[in-house]
Amino acid sequence: MNMKTRTTWLTYVVTIILALLFIFPIFWITLSSFKSGSEMFRYPPTFFPEKFTLDNYRIAFEKGNFGRYFWNSTVVAVLSTILTVIINTMAGYAFAKYDFKGSKALFIFFISTLMLPLEVLMIPIFHVVKFFGMYNSFAGLIIPPAATPTGVFLLRQYFLTVPTELMESARVDGASETRIFFHIMLPIAKPAMSVLAIFSFMWRWNDFMWPLLVIRDVDKYTVQLALANFSGQYSVDWNSLIAMSVVSVIPVLIIFLLFQKQFVQGMVTSGMKD
Amino acid sequence: MKRKKNRGVTSLEMKLFPYFLILPNLFIFTAFIAVPALFGAYFSLHNWSGINEPVFIGLQNYVRAFHDMKFWRSFGKTLIYVGISLPFIMGIPLFLANLMIKEIRAKGMFRAIFYWPSMVSYIIAGISFKFMFGDNTGIINFLLDLFGKSKIGWLTQGRTAMFVVILATIWARTGFYMVTYISGLQSIPVSYYEAAEVDGATPLQGFFKITLPLLKPTTFLVLILSFIDLFKAYGLVLALTGGGPGTATKFVVQYIYEAAFDGKREMGYASALSMILLVVMAVFTLLQFKVNKGGEIE
Repeated sequence: MNMKTRTTWLTYVVTIILALLFIFPIFWITLSSFKSGSEMFRYPPTFFPEKFTLDNYRIAFEKGNFGRYFWNSTVVAVLSTILTVIINTMAGYAFAKYDFKGSKALFIFFISTLMLPLEVLMIPIFHVVKFFGMYNSFAGLIIPPAATPTGVFLLRQYFLTVPTELMESARVDGASETRIFFHIMLPIAKPAMSVLAIFSFMWRWNDFMWPLLVIRDVDKYTVQLALANFSGQYSVDWNSLIAMSVVSVIPVLIIFLLFQKQFVQGMVTSGMKD
Repeated sequence: MKRKKNRGVTSLEMKLFPYFLILPNLFIFTAFIAVPALFGAYFSLHNWSGINEPVFIGLQNYVRAFHDMKFWRSFGKTLIYVGISLPFIMGIPLFLANLMIKEIRAKGMFRAIFYWPSMVSYIIAGISFKFMFGDNTGIINFLLDLFGKSKIGWLTQGRTAMFVVILATIWARTGFYMVTYISGLQSIPVSYYEAAEVDGATPLQGFFKITLPLLKPTTFLVLILSFIDLFKAYGLVLALTGGGPGTATKFVVQYIYEAAFDGKREMGYASALSMILLVVMAVFTLLQFKVNKGGEIE
């Protein structure tokens, strides 16, 4: 075997071992979720479910009120994503295509909010949310996190690549600024907007800090909040918890499989970060 | 010559439209970030439970924070966590990214596998690892048993609990930074490596002499992002250990959250702690900027 084939082989072996390690945790909870209540904790453990059962899922949805949390998360993630795409596209477009007074300072202000994560402003943000009457409501989960510096940046970068001549010729034809934005620019920006939509959905679906801060009533819990709560209980009901965890991953998995290309592209062009 | 965008026909609409466009974001960033930042500083100078009128007490909250050993212990734990995780979170994704830009089969599938954990929420990451590292029935202890080692109470001892938290963090973040590195690596011209190969350089030399220096902007980005991300860790730890055993994995954000929202609800004091965290994070970030010269290639 010469040097080159040996390195190729080594690359494959290392890659496959690492891939197995990385896939194992999700693989393992998924397998376990199909085991019966007692089989999940048998020792020594079985690898594949001895008797394939959906009981854990059934119980989680029937007793655990999980359908409710799932619905809450869906409403919040979908509405917040729509709002996120609208307002960040607007802002990104303004910064890319207009030379208005204060645009530089405002852009720096927008981007610098990246340095002030929710975690270091929990207390005052909690009170501002309360002040606006958004405490314990979905509005508090949908509106405040909708503006995102990464989103503004992504859309701005995209609009910078769109030739300004397009706007100028539309103006000569008598189109208003509003018309230019809606009828010319938005259709062009669709790829960037869908990248933002995908990420926004994932951020909101997976988010834990905002729900933790904003929501009080159990029937308004999102999936993540409910799961964190169950996981923190003194005696954990693993059967339901594992089943719910697996279900909670499905929406993101579907989106990932559908939009894998945009995902990687979005990460590559912007270093997407919530 | 640069042509002015709107010579002669500057309509009022054209002047106002951009402001209209940024208005929603401006409102949210102001109301939910800028104003809270100011309020946070204001609250930190007051004794306040969140319900009654805040009472101004000057710097007393800061003096108290200075003497609060529990706070500094959790701060120290956070530093240990960040300090140990950071090299791995920067190194492993870089290693994987280098594997993933090679001409290998099923590259898309491998990339997806490595990326996938970073799409799973921190809560799920915590739950999965808690399940795997369970004392009696966890698969990891079974594997230890299988190879004749004695079982370990992973989450009931401070050190091993910290180890599992770090492991879960690495698992949950690697994919994200791997893709960031891949984009950086792809911007390095292949001709550089070809030239080096002609000159007889080994792949390892190529990595240290070409890849690392030219990748500096990306490495710097990963450093800053992962640093901030690690420093504010909460959700994953909460689902995995709850901060335990005892307070072995209780990091700053959890400490502050509990001071503000559990039990005594000391909003003023917790605000002071937040301000300290904020300043520490800002100073670290600025220092890194200085040391790395903003991540520019030298």
